[in-house]
Amino acid sequence: MFLIRLVVKNAFRHTLRSFLTILGITVALLAFGLLRTVMDAWHIGVEASSATRLVTRNAVSLIVPLPLSYRERIRGVPGITYVSYGNWFGGIYIDEKNFFANFVVEPESYLALYPEILIDPGQKNDFLRDRKGAIVGRKLAERFNWKLGDTVTLKGTIYPGEWEMVIRGIYDGARPDTDLTTLLFHFSYVDETMKKTTPSRAGQVGFFMLGISDPDLAGEISRAVDATFKNSQAETLTETEKAFQLGFVSMSEAILMAINLVSYVVILIILAVAANTMAMSVRERSAEFAVMKTLGFKGPAIAALVLGESMILSLAGTSLGLALTAPLAQAFGSTLSQYFPVFAVSRQTILLGLFSGLFVGVAAAAVPAWRVWKTPIAESFRRIG
Amino acid sequence: MPVPLSYSYRNLLTRRMTTALTAGGMSLVVFVFAATLMLAEGLRQTLVSTGSPTNAVVLRKGSETEVQSGIERSQASVVTTRPEIAVAPDGTAMAAREVVVLIGLPRASTGKISNAVIRGTDVKSLALRPQVRLARGREPRRGSTEVMVGKNVAKGFTGTQIGDRLRFGKREWEVVGVFDAGNTGFSSEIWADGDQVMRSFGRDAYSIVVAGLRDAGAYEAFQIGVEGDPRLTAETFRETRYYEKQSEMMAKFLRILGVSLTIIFSLGAMIGAMITMYSAVANRVPEIGTLRALGFGRGSILAAFLAESVFLSLLGGAMGLGAAAVLNFFTFSTTNFQTFSELAFKFALTGDIIMLSLGFSVFMGILGGLPPALRASRLQIVEALREA
Repeated sequence: MFLIRLVVKNAFRHTLRSFLTILGITVALLAFGLLRTVMDAWHIGVEASSATRLVTRNAVSLIVPLPLSYRERIRGVPGITYVSYGNWFGGIYIDEKNFFANFVVEPESYLALYPEILIDPGQKNDFLRDRKGAIVGRKLAERFNWKLGDTVTLKGTIYPGEWEMVIRGIYDGARPDTDLTTLLFHFSYVDETMKKTTPSRAGQVGFFMLGISDPDLAGEISRAVDATFKNSQAETLTETEKAFQLGFVSMSEAILMAINLVSYVVILIILAVAANTMAMSVRERSAEFAVMKTLGFKGPAIAALVLGESMILSLAGTSLGLALTAPLAQAFGSTLSQYFPVFAVSRQTILLGLFSGLFVGVAAAAVPAWRVWKTPIAESFRRIG
Repeated sequence: MPVPLSYSYRNLLTRRMTTALTAGGMSLVVFVFAATLMLAEGLRQTLVSTGSPTNAVVLRKGSETEVQSGIERSQASVVTTRPEIAVAPDGTAMAAREVVVLIGLPRASTGKISNAVIRGTDVKSLALRPQVRLARGREPRRGSTEVMVGKNVAKGFTGTQIGDRLRFGKREWEVVGVFDAGNTGFSSEIWADGDQVMRSFGRDAYSIVVAGLRDAGAYEAFQIGVEGDPRLTAETFRETRYYEKQSEMMAKFLRILGVSLTIIFSLGAMIGAMITMYSAVANRVPEIGTLRALGFGRGSILAAFLAESVFLSLLGGAMGLGAAAVLNFFTFSTTNFQTFSELAFKFALTGDIIMLSLGFSVFMGILGGLPPALRASRLQIVEALREA
């Protein structure tokens, strides 16, 4: 009991230094938490993907289209329940700065494939009936202050021209990782216009989205679909939605690796700060520790005192940092919403942060504690400040 | 009378462990700071030098990138007859109609698929890009399914060595050469014959027309001529500006990330410096009293401790820069979000970055050292001496 009180008192003997050390650890843990959250945000598309959805695209590359006529042949492959299709539209709303994801899709089957898109049945009906209708995610609607019935004009980058559409629905997500920053509108709207202006580009889709009944058959069904189009005008590549999303993530692998590396550099920085504090506090008190040893305290007990002090500082900083991570991430996420549709602190991040805090506490105390343990009494008395 | 500078740096030498830990923390901060700047600078250098100021790029109106663009054959002929375009020695116009497609190739390091640019070139493509020169092998013959690959492609993707065969667009393409386009985006491309590429991918429109102008000043006239022509739905850019625009999103992302990291990290480092300096002051209270009693003024005590902190941070800054300088030998390869294709660029350490990083570390040292130095300078002589 007495020892614990001693440890706590010692930890705050230099109020200013203890306060600064705790603050340093807090800041570093905030940085660590944010970086991990950025990494998670990158993988959110992967997390949100479903095992019962497959994506079929052109085997050459995502930007090379597939003929719409493939639809019926894909439907013929056993095990497939739904076939939807669409394309990345890549339209610009007023200015490039306003970037958000927008797709043209076959709406009825698409919404059936994505049960996590929650939309009021009345709005859904309005959207399905209006060929120039669009639905948008809740966050996107809030960003531009769009209401039902508003007219939005997108400037096409892939499909030239100005495309006018009416917001018919605002959707919510059934899961926390559902992307609420997307705009969806009718494939037929774009395709019929293309038929008139550039017929060579009509009837071309960017991807087919397949619903399957049994996720265990995903590999088999993918192979069956690809085999159907082997040696045809456009060969296909079918993969699970998860693999498809992972493909996007792996493109920015280098950046992800850098972020990952940096998040561990942060831990090293706090380690340096905390170790510095502990080294100082032990050096200053070497005479005091020598007195304790003379009184009969053993080396391990004194080392434990140092360790306890370090743990108090480190854990105080860690808990403060972790507590602040969530609000800070929220602020950060709202300014970067055009890059990251979902920005939430995961439980894993919190656990990793806690673990790092423990690690820093132990590692910072290790060398000073070892020294105190081993230094002979006489030598400790001899040293000054 | 000022306290000699040697007092300040010798103090750091006496507490080696503390000095090393604090400077180590600072060096990590400076390292991250410099690395981010180097990355952004490398990206900028690569994209700006990709274009040439006398070249103009013509795209379909509204398309952001070459990959999205499409220019019909008839429109392309209209563009190439503009009078502002220079005339080659053989009497033809210095213009190239090119088609650009992306294909997925497995990366050598991870085996994962990444997008590479296939540029279907025209007769004048090479002449318009003087920075592109053949490094190994030979140029592909016109009208054949031969390709040459940029040096970053040869390095970064599997199956792209001379003699290898690539399969895309339902055909096999033989790699016959490797070209070096220096530190530009072209080094991340694969060049093949334009007509063959169009045939394989079933395309009947070019992606862009590149025009070599008589001189850089002819650009305005060219732009007005092309964009005002009712037969065309096209937009023109100076080639330099065009490539810079391609990376704006990525550059912005790197900037935001770098700035936020640096701010957070430097807080940590400044706190570290502050802890060290406070303890340096606390340990030397009697010493400071003695110095004051000897006649050194408050100002010189302040300066001495501030100098100590600045030395500490400069040491950290130099260590961090040293580590960052090693990055100069590395190439960073990632997908550009805007063009969706692989782009490799180098970390570039410039004089400006060195100055900025050192300036930044000195700034951290001053901010971290000022409060303790003020405390030292305010000590009362008698009080301080009594502690001895």
